Amino acid sequence: MNQAPKLNSFRGGPDEDGRFGIFGGRFVAETLMPLILDLQDEWNKAKDDPAFKAELAHLGAHYIGRPSPLYFAERLTAELGGAKIYFKREELNHTGSHKINNCIGQILLAKRMGKTRIIAETGAGQHGVASATVAARFGLPCVVYMGATDVERQAPNVFRMKLLGAEVKPVTAGSGTLKDAMNEALRDWVTNVDNTYYLIGTAAGPHPYPEMVRDFQAVIGQEAKEQMLAAEGRLPDLVVAAVGGGSNAIGIFHPFLDDESVKIVGVEAGGRGIEGDEHCASITAGSPGVLHGNRTYLLQDGDGQIKEGHSISAGLDYPGIGPEHAWLNDVGRVEYVPIMDHEALEAFQTLTRLEGIIPALEPSHALAEVIKRAPKMGKDEIILMNLSGRGDKDIFTVGKLLGMGQ
Amino acid sequence: MTARMDKRFADVAAEGRPVLVTYFMGGDPDFETSVAIMKALPKAGADVIELGMPFSDPMADGPAIQLAGQRSLKGGQTLAKTLEIARRFREEDQRTPIVLMGYYNPIYIYGVDRFLTDALAAGIDGLIVVDLPPEMDDELCIPALDKGINFIRLATPTTDDRRLPKVLENTTGFVYYVSMNGITGSALPDPSLIAGAVGRIKGHTNLPVCVGFGVKTAEHARAIGASADGVVVGTAIVNQIASSLTEEGKATDATVPGVEALVRGLSAGVRSARLAAAE
Repeated sequence: MNQAPKLNSFRGGPDEDGRFGIFGGRFVAETLMPLILDLQDEWNKAKDDPAFKAELAHLGAHYIGRPSPLYFAERLTAELGGAKIYFKREELNHTGSHKINNCIGQILLAKRMGKTRIIAETGAGQHGVASATVAARFGLPCVVYMGATDVERQAPNVFRMKLLGAEVKPVTAGSGTLKDAMNEALRDWVTNVDNTYYLIGTAAGPHPYPEMVRDFQAVIGQEAKEQMLAAEGRLPDLVVAAVGGGSNAIGIFHPFLDDESVKIVGVEAGGRGIEGDEHCASITAGSPGVLHGNRTYLLQDGDGQIKEGHSISAGLDYPGIGPEHAWLNDVGRVEYVPIMDHEALEAFQTLTRLEGIIPALEPSHALAEVIKRAPKMGKDEIILMNLSGRGDKDIFTVGKLLGMGQ
Repeated sequence: MTARMDKRFADVAAEGRPVLVTYFMGGDPDFETSVAIMKALPKAGADVIELGMPFSDPMADGPAIQLAGQRSLKGGQTLAKTLEIARRFREEDQRTPIVLMGYYNPIYIYGVDRFLTDALAAGIDGLIVVDLPPEMDDELCIPALDKGINFIRLATPTTDDRRLPKVLENTTGFVYYVSMNGITGSALPDPSLIAGAVGRIKGHTNLPVCVGFGVKTAEHARAIGASADGVVVGTAIVNQIASSLTEEGKATDATVPGVEALVRGLSAGVRSARLAAAE
C-alpha cells in the first residue's frame, strides 16, 4: 500500500490503490465501491486484450480520424521570431476536440460490462457532445448533466447534444458549473447503479478513472512523439497544454515524462487574476483536499468548503485538477502556470488571424503561454502544443467580449 | 471506548424496541437554533443523534439535505462551530450518543488528529464519513478507533456477501444500512426487502443494524423497526425545519416545536414496532 510509483520513471503511477504519491485514491460512497472495483477489473482485462485494442484502433482511425496531424505553424513562428511551434491538431478530431478519444474507449468498456445507460457531466459541452456521439454510435441512451450557467454560455453544444439524442439536464445547484454537474452525475450513478455507466470526461475522479482516461488520451502524445521524430528527427524542447481537469494535458504529457530533455508546462486558468477568487488555478493558488473521489489540489476555503472558480473558458471552470497533475507538480516534473482570461482571448485572435485556425478558449490558454515563451527561445528550439479543441462553440462568447455586432 | 453508544443500544434493546436515530444539519438555519433543536431531540424521544457537518459538495445527498447544508454554510457554520454545538449539548445531556455525519474534506483540512482530539472533548461518540470506504481506512477510521471514537459504516444494497466482511471489518458502534441505492430523501422501498437485507447483515456481525434513507413517517419507522435494531430519520426532520423558516430562511417560533412534534410521533412509531411485529 502507498508505495511510490516505480523509481527512475515518472510513468509508473498509480499504485494499486490508485495513488500518485498522496494524490488520487478512491474517496466514494460505499454504494459506488463495488462498481468502481468492477470497472477496475474490466479495465485491467480490456487494456491487455488484443481484440479490445484492435477495436479501439479501428474506431480511432475510421471514426475519430486518427492520427490527428502534427502541424508546423509557420506564420505564428515567424511572427514570434523564436522557437518553432508545432500543434497537435486534436481539434480536427470528430466532434472537435480530444474528448472523443476517451469516450470511444469508455463506451467500449461499458458495452463489455453490459451497461445499458450512459451518464456524463460536461462543462464546455465538448465532453457532453463526445459522450452523446458515442452513445448514438453504440445505440445507448445518454443523459448529460450540465451546469445551468454553462447551458447558457455553451448553447451550440447543448443543441448538438440534443440533436444526437441525449437528454441534457441543467444543474442549478451551487453556481451551476462543472463541479455541480459532476455532483449531480454522481447522485444519478448512486441511484442507478445496476444499468448505468458513468462516463467521466477528465483524468480525475476515483481510481481507476484518472489512469484509464489518461491511457485513452495518451494516444495524443504517442502519435505526436512519432510525428515529431519524423518531421524534425528529434523530440521537442517544450510541451505545453491547457489544464482544467487535465485530460488533454496528461494525454500529451505522459509519453514524454521520462524524456529528460523535454520541458513540460501545464497552463491553468488564471481567470481575472489569481489573487482573488475569480480563477481556476488549483495548483498555482489552491491546496490539497478531497473532492469527487480523489485527493488533489482544490480551490477551497479554510474550512474545507469548495470554492466556485471562474474562467472565460467553461472547460477550465473546475475547482480541482487530475491527481496525476497534482503529483507531477509536487515532484517537480511539470511546471504549472496561470494564464489570464484576457491573455487567452488575445491568443485566440492571434491564431485565428495568423493561421486561419479558430481554437477553443481552453487551448487558447496554452497558446498564450507559448506566445510568451517562444520569442525567448532559440530558432533551433521546438515547442509542441496540444491544440485540444476548436473554437466554434466559443464564437458567441468571444464575439460578445470583443463587442462585435451582428 | 464505546461505552455511551453500547449502553444506549443495550438499554433500548432491553425495552424491546428499536433505537430511534435522528439526523439534523448542524447550523441549519443558524447556530443557536441548532443547539436548541439538538437539546429538544432526546426529550422528544430520540435515542441517538446524528449531527450533520455541512459540506459544499454533498454528493450522496438529495435536495433537502443539500439545501440545509447551504443554509448552514450561508449562516457562517464551520466544523469548529459544529463541534461547539455538540459541546453545548453535552452540558446538559451526558447519555445520548452523538454521531457526526458528513464528508471528509472539512475534516482533512481541519487536521485529522486535531479533529479527533476536539471531537472527543466535545463528547462525540462516533463518525459517519460518507466518502471514506474501507479502502481508505488509514485516513480517518483507524486513527478514530485508536482514539476511542466509533467509526460507523454504511452498508448498501450493492454491498454483497463478498464485500460485507470488508465493510464490517473496522466498523464499530452500529451498522447503518442504506435501504436503497440512491441519495438521501428518496422513497422508501418495501419493508420486507429491508428485513431480508438486515438479516443478511446480521449473519455477518453482532453489531446493531440501523436502517435509514427514506424513513419519513411514524408508520415507516414502525414497519422498519420491526426487523431493524434502529431506525434513522434524516430528511423528514430537515424538511420539517425547512418548512418552518421564513422566506429569508430564518428560524421562527415554530422551528423547534415542529421538530419536537415530528420526533415525538416517530418515537411512538418505533415504540410500537415490536408490538406490530408480534401481532
